[in-house]
Amino acid sequence: MTVPDVHRAIDAVWRLESARIIAGLTRIVRDVGVAEELAQDALVVALEKWPESGVPDNPGAWLMATAKHRAIDRLRRDKRLETKHEQLGHELETGQDSPEAQIDAALDDEVGDDLLRLMFISCHPVLSTEARVALTLRLLGGLTTDEIARAFLVPEPTVAQRIVRAKRMLAKKQIPFEVPPEAERAARLSSVLEVVYLVFNEGYAATAGDDWMRPVLCQEALRLGRVLAELAPREPEVHGLVALMEIQESRSAARVGPSGEPVPLLEQNRGRWDRLLIRRGFAALLRADETGAPLGPYVLQGAIAACHAQASSAEETDWARIATLYEALARLTPSPVIELNRAVALGMAFGPAKGLELADRLLDEPSLTGYHLLPSVRADLLARLGRSGEARSEYERAAALTRNARERRLLLERAAACGR
Amino acid sequence: MRFMLMTKGDEQSTGNPPDENMMIEMGKFIEEMTKAGVLLATGGLDPKGIHIKNSGGKITVTDGPFAEAKEAVVGFALIDVRSKEEAIELSKRFWNIVGDGEGEIRQVFGP
Repeated sequence: MTVPDVHRAIDAVWRLESARIIAGLTRIVRDVGVAEELAQDALVVALEKWPESGVPDNPGAWLMATAKHRAIDRLRRDKRLETKHEQLGHELETGQDSPEAQIDAALDDEVGDDLLRLMFISCHPVLSTEARVALTLRLLGGLTTDEIARAFLVPEPTVAQRIVRAKRMLAKKQIPFEVPPEAERAARLSSVLEVVYLVFNEGYAATAGDDWMRPVLCQEALRLGRVLAELAPREPEVHGLVALMEIQESRSAARVGPSGEPVPLLEQNRGRWDRLLIRRGFAALLRADETGAPLGPYVLQGAIAACHAQASSAEETDWARIATLYEALARLTPSPVIELNRAVALGMAFGPAKGLELADRLLDEPSLTGYHLLPSVRADLLARLGRSGEARSEYERAAALTRNARERRLLLERAAACGR
Repeated sequence: MRFMLMTKGDEQSTGNPPDENMMIEMGKFIEEMTKAGVLLATGGLDPKGIHIKNSGGKITVTDGPFAEAKEAVVGFALIDVRSKEEAIELSKRFWNIVGDGEGEIRQVFGP
């Protein structure tokens, strides 16, 4: 293997193993920042040694063992500094609670719970949303700060600083490395789900620039969701979110046209929808259903996505059911954006006038000022009602508001199609 | 990125029937890949198979088995990973458990 080949192999091993290594180490050293440092040290050793010695047979175990030795050295040093007793070193080596024994116990244990703890701590509400996203991608996705920076179109030092501050905050507030107790569980879990879905959405509909899709983020979010579903199988909302992401991702090939332009859902070639992902999405919804819990917001959104996936053509979409699901969603999490989606569904199920009636009620909604989808939805409904003049100006207004260049082009084309 | 990891050969060609220990290790490996969100589908294929060929519009269907049983794909795992190197790494782990044998790693495009 050439040196670049070895480096790519090391990178792959790192991405597969780093989260587990960091999670296992955090349990010992009780500080994610220190744990990541130790894991990084092991990676540096690998980068030095493997190009010469070759990649070992079990590189994951090798990295784990190396990081473990570093952790032992560190614990020993800290202990020595704390107590200033030389002989303690001996006790550490022979005693029941020697760092070796502790670490072996931790690492031999089911690492699943540690991974779950790592997810919870990376998404802790004490951190800002940006910090949670950056820390999660870094610790659980194994992404570099540079990759995170490029994905979110922010300078690398900004991301690096977010991560450093986040780690410091967790240490300062002495946030425990734990699966939250029952009383906090629901709120903490929703913080994790929020981060995962935010990452997915950032990849799915880039809010700025020419980049219509950033597949790495979508795939990372999907992967995190799938991992979470195995770690917390009794949580219906986890399965709901996985269903939602699997089904949305199933459309990724169909939602972009030959020259990179976005293709709206109803105009997509459904033959290009990925049946495997759709099936996985349905399976996730069934798993949510099996928990017997009432439908939460992610399960409802997954169910809406499933309505589209189920229809073999746009005409066969069960819009009445979608409108009902949006109504249920609006009751759980009242939001003008959900109402806007319900307006679309009503317009499809019961005619454009019905949809417009609800959409018009949203015009005074302050949170929708500047939201391009409101004029865009109204434009569609107005066009269907034959009110082309109004439709055109609404399309133009939507085009002026969107931050996505390709979407803007699409909206302007529609405005032009309304004629003068 | 999706990759299809394929194992080749029939039971006769690999010699020994799979031992219990290997099956346990393999079970663990499959569970681990599922938990890591990597494994999308896996299965075994009947090495005998049916051969189908279109030659100038004439379709011939022939029942197996065929002479080149060693070359037949007998098992597959469809995985979702971030790079070719990850696919290779996971495939190495698979073969460390299985022992002697051979297979192929192919990227899957589409749908």
